Amino acid sequence: MIALLRRDLALAVRAGGGFGLGVAFFLILCALVPFGVGPDTAALQPIAAGILWLGALLACLLSLDRIFALDHEDGSLDLLATSPLPLEGAVAVKAMAHWITTGLPLIVVAPLFGILLHLPPAAIPALLGSLLLGTPALSMLGAFGAAVTVGLRRGGLLLSLLVLPLYIPTLIFGTEMIRRGQEGGDMGPPLLFLAGITAGVLAVIPFAAAAALRVNLR
Amino acid sequence: MSLLAVHDLAVARGGLRTVEGVSFTIDAGQALILRGPNGIGKTTLLRTVAGLQPAVTGRIEMPEDAVAYAAHADGLKGALTVSENLGFWEKVFGGGDIDRALSAMDLTPLADRPAAALSAGQKRRLGLARLVVSRRPLWILDEPTVSLDAASVLRFADMVREHLAQGGAALIATHIDLGLDAQVLDLTPFRAKPAPATRPAGFNEAFA
Repeated sequence: MIALLRRDLALAVRAGGGFGLGVAFFLILCALVPFGVGPDTAALQPIAAGILWLGALLACLLSLDRIFALDHEDGSLDLLATSPLPLEGAVAVKAMAHWITTGLPLIVVAPLFGILLHLPPAAIPALLGSLLLGTPALSMLGAFGAAVTVGLRRGGLLLSLLVLPLYIPTLIFGTEMIRRGQEGGDMGPPLLFLAGITAGVLAVIPFAAAAALRVNLR
Repeated sequence: MSLLAVHDLAVARGGLRTVEGVSFTIDAGQALILRGPNGIGKTTLLRTVAGLQPAVTGRIEMPEDAVAYAAHADGLKGALTVSENLGFWEKVFGGGDIDRALSAMDLTPLADRPAAALSAGQKRRLGLARLVVSRRPLWILDEPTVSLDAASVLRFADMVREHLAQGGAALIATHIDLGLDAQVLDLTPFRAKPAPATRPAGFNEAFA
């Protein structure tokens, strides 16, 4: 499994791997919003949490179809399915590789972009915490969508339609956590919900995605 | 001991049966060559035996984790070098000999070249070298000699012979003569009878 993780990371970092695509998209979104709604704090501060989470969510969506589609095209997925590696493990590892290449860089740059959107410094820990807890669920749910649509050419549209509704709970509790952090409220409940959703998704989705892959490989 | 026993197997592609009533066994040290016209279901049969799709009817008996499968696509990553590609499968399958695999298919001089820079025949050789690394006893090969030149075909036949000599077995679908001392199974007599209805099995019942 570690071999698969290392291979996926190596592929992402090398030419044509798409590493940095998510961060670049995130940067573009966060840089353009102030131009669109105006640069004053009164306009930006209330929507900063929402914009940051939406940006993270869409940036994550951008690279989802690569999780399995590339391996399916070149036949590696067939070979992985006949290898000693359980398909469930392969799904988990590939979702983790996706998180490391898109989710983790987003978390690292998010405080900077938060300042760009006039997010008060007091809300930065909430921003980091919510992204850290929430983005693994985004990658894992995305892996499920990618597994369902793996055999389809140009399955990206279907993938987005399938996955976006599943992202809504994470989005709601993620932004709620930042908003409470911003206003100095109790962050406990949204934090617990966010962590609960992620834990549930991480536990269940590898099996669902592996089952979908098996059907699609027939 | 037989490495693979297939009893009365029927396989389907896209809901339609291709071949049915196929039975054969392969013992350690033996190879079986599958022949038959295009579309008869050689690939479907191999994928079924490899466990990638369920059989319609029939039984497949083999030891667990015995299969190394090589299909039309080689499963190579163009951004990785030849030895990195092999090294990945070596780790997944748990410890094979990369140097031996490289020399078996004459890839040693190309070891540090990115797979994207290989020719079609060289890619194929790399895909076949993976079999040596996998250390699985039963090789299931789908048209392994496509885009190989004459010298590489001989080299590949030697590789299969060595595998058989070590107690392995191979199930190969091919149109050319590999010069192996192997049984040949022609699938033509097993072609599935045309279904009375063109609808998939169970379709009418579902609406009854």
